[in-house]
Amino acid sequence: MVETGHFALVLAFVLSLVQTLVPLIGARTGNQRLMAVGGPVTVTGFALTALSFAALAGAYASSDFSVASVWENSHSLQPLIYKITGTWGNHEGSMLLWVLILTFFGALVAAFGSNLPATLRANVLAVQGAIGATFFLFILATSNPFTRLNPAPIEGRDLNPILQDLGLAIHPPFLYLGYVGFSICFSFSVAALIEGRIDASWARWVRPWTLVAWMFLTGGIAMGSYWAYYELGWGGFWFWDPVENASFMPWLAGTALLHSAIVMEKRSALKIWTLLLAILTFSLSLLGTFLVRSGVLTSVHAFATDPTRGVFILCILTLFIGGSLALFALRAPRLTAGGLFHPISREGALVLNNLFLTTATATVLVGTLYPLAVEALSGGKISVGAPFFNLTFGPLMLPLLVVVPFGPLLAWKRGDVFAVAQRLMAAFAAALLAMLVTGLFIDGASVFAALGVGLAFWLVCGALTDLAVKSGFGNVAPSIMLRRFAGLPRSVFGTALAHLGLGLTVLGIVGTLCFGTEKILSMHAGESVELSGHTLRFEGLYPAQGPNYSEDRGRFSLIGADGGIAAEITSAKRFFPVRQMTTTESGIETLGFSQLYLSLGDEGTDGSVVVRLWWKPLVTLIWGGAFVMMAGAAMSLLDRRLRVGAPSRRRKPAATMPSAGVP
Amino acid sequence: MSARFSLASLVLLLALLFAGAAQAVKPDEVLADPALEARARLLSEGLRCMVCQNQSIDESDADLARDLRILVRQRLVAGDTDRQVMDYIVSRYGEFVLLKPRFSPRNSLLWGTPVILLLVGGIFIVLTTRSRRSLATKALSAEEQAALDRMLSD
Repeated sequence: MVETGHFALVLAFVLSLVQTLVPLIGARTGNQRLMAVGGPVTVTGFALTALSFAALAGAYASSDFSVASVWENSHSLQPLIYKITGTWGNHEGSMLLWVLILTFFGALVAAFGSNLPATLRANVLAVQGAIGATFFLFILATSNPFTRLNPAPIEGRDLNPILQDLGLAIHPPFLYLGYVGFSICFSFSVAALIEGRIDASWARWVRPWTLVAWMFLTGGIAMGSYWAYYELGWGGFWFWDPVENASFMPWLAGTALLHSAIVMEKRSALKIWTLLLAILTFSLSLLGTFLVRSGVLTSVHAFATDPTRGVFILCILTLFIGGSLALFALRAPRLTAGGLFHPISREGALVLNNLFLTTATATVLVGTLYPLAVEALSGGKISVGAPFFNLTFGPLMLPLLVVVPFGPLLAWKRGDVFAVAQRLMAAFAAALLAMLVTGLFIDGASVFAALGVGLAFWLVCGALTDLAVKSGFGNVAPSIMLRRFAGLPRSVFGTALAHLGLGLTVLGIVGTLCFGTEKILSMHAGESVELSGHTLRFEGLYPAQGPNYSEDRGRFSLIGADGGIAAEITSAKRFFPVRQMTTTESGIETLGFSQLYLSLGDEGTDGSVVVRLWWKPLVTLIWGGAFVMMAGAAMSLLDRRLRVGAPSRRRKPAATMPSAGVP
Repeated sequence: MSARFSLASLVLLLALLFAGAAQAVKPDEVLADPALEARARLLSEGLRCMVCQNQSIDESDADLARDLRILVRQRLVAGDTDRQVMDYIVSRYGEFVLLKPRFSPRNSLLWGTPVILLLVGGIFIVLTTRSRRSLATKALSAEEQAALDRMLSD
């Protein structure tokens, strides 16, 4: 089975070369038969990659330690779920997952893109094939997951204990669906440049793909953030670590792309900019892959010290980013600019959004790469950490967040900012009220905290105002309003949900950072501690045994108002003997949207144990908000407009939007 | 064979745990004066743990981080201002220890990027919309006017 997987991978590589060359030549020479090769080859390539991935997953599930990758990253005593997720919990396997998703997206275009112009479709598949070919070659040449060991070891070296978590099952696949999903936007852009024109079907295709990729990337980042939050044991949710930044940059650029694609689709303006943004977004995904995979970052994450991989990915990076930008410089002047608009208009608001988001992306990019540049050029070493990003990224986001509620309410072409401001009066009043209540009635609230809470309410109420205004609130009878509300396009709900989710995330961040409390102390069994009105009693440490670890469980009781036990919280220190590593399992009790978070430290000689305790108000909204944003993207995808094909091809209405889950 | 655990993207964040169970500030380090302790925590968040990368000394469990935390607190108790404490630590460990790089010529591009980009981008947008609007409102040429008149009179 393993050899079958290896063979399938080699075949998939060869097919990706066919996928690159044959349709491209077909499109250039206008040969329909050559262009038609693209579709079946792409689908077959995906099937072979899937077979290859299944073979590796099978080797992991059955603990076949004759495979080097399995031996290094698995153990026979691991629970089955972690054996399977371990498939992509290592360099080789995660690269295989990367190409699996890449070929999957290619196959979707091949399968559902029958209403695209033939040459555009052929070019898109060719570009997608070229990306695939380089990464297949990278895997086969430098990171082969199917390398065998002879003689086969009896036992494996265990998966990194930190990765033995459900987070590994969700986070990387989601993140990759996002990262790699942007490859479709990239391929469409490059195909448009090769053809030298952007037509209507281009715009209609790029937006849903951006939405799909953005939705998964949002989920992937949020999941990673929550995972780090509960696994690392000190309750941080974002660290501005280079690896986090690597996933955050495509998200920021993708968010900008999402918004500029709206202008392009509705008003056929900003064409060239949207095209460039699509190229940049995937370039940042590639850069992220390079940063993480090559070990160039002097980060705890990058354990890879083998430069061959780094140089290889750098070549891929140069080829695609350099190639696409060169093509852009060559062809963009030929593309026609689109419609005109007044600066005060929906288009104008979206341009403003793009200005701030791209500046923020560039800030994160420069901050991430600056230490590397300084070291390479002058040999000096500097650090760029959270305080830098908070000081630069924060002020950039602030004005953007303030204008968010205006955007959807402004009219296309020429808007009336005063009329919009009038409609937003209620939202403004709500934000002001929230600010005053926070400032006056909550102990220890700083001016920043009050402003932050006000901003969050402004975003949430602004999103609701958008829905209310568009259903005719105050102008028509309630029954008509309800009917209008139900009849609103789904993309309107999508926008409102996404902006509302953003507000919730802001509220969560402000709540946690400004109103969180902390206590560090040593406790003996039976002792109680109070934190922000919650009383916890330490019941003692109890040893326990897991499948491949032993642990000391600290049991705590949350004392309710009546003096009884309201909840039990357990935090543990786990010892994994194979890797001789200890991990902390934090104890978390969710109360409403807030959480009580505790983790265990060292044991004292007198039987006491160090306990760190946090009260994190509204913290769950950080990820809840991201979830609402995802729901917004999903809602937009269900919009009828995105499912209907190009006007000339009404015969196949459901074909344009495969990922939308056509009902 | 050396084991290279280059793990899936963000997943790697969790590897921070290699520094040990996250028990950064220990109870015996905490200063009695809450105001002084709060200042110490704030300063600690801006200082990098030199052995475990991308972690502040406030978050790190490494011995060196503990030494630095204690050093920060000693200086504060001795009456140093925040600035003096930071200067003292930079003089001993170099600028590498600062998580927020200083404003210096070497770091001008780092600090300047957001400002410059925002300005250049803003000016570019203003200029392009201006020129295109003036283009749009330009009067019709005689030829165009004639064509329009012809169409309207039909």
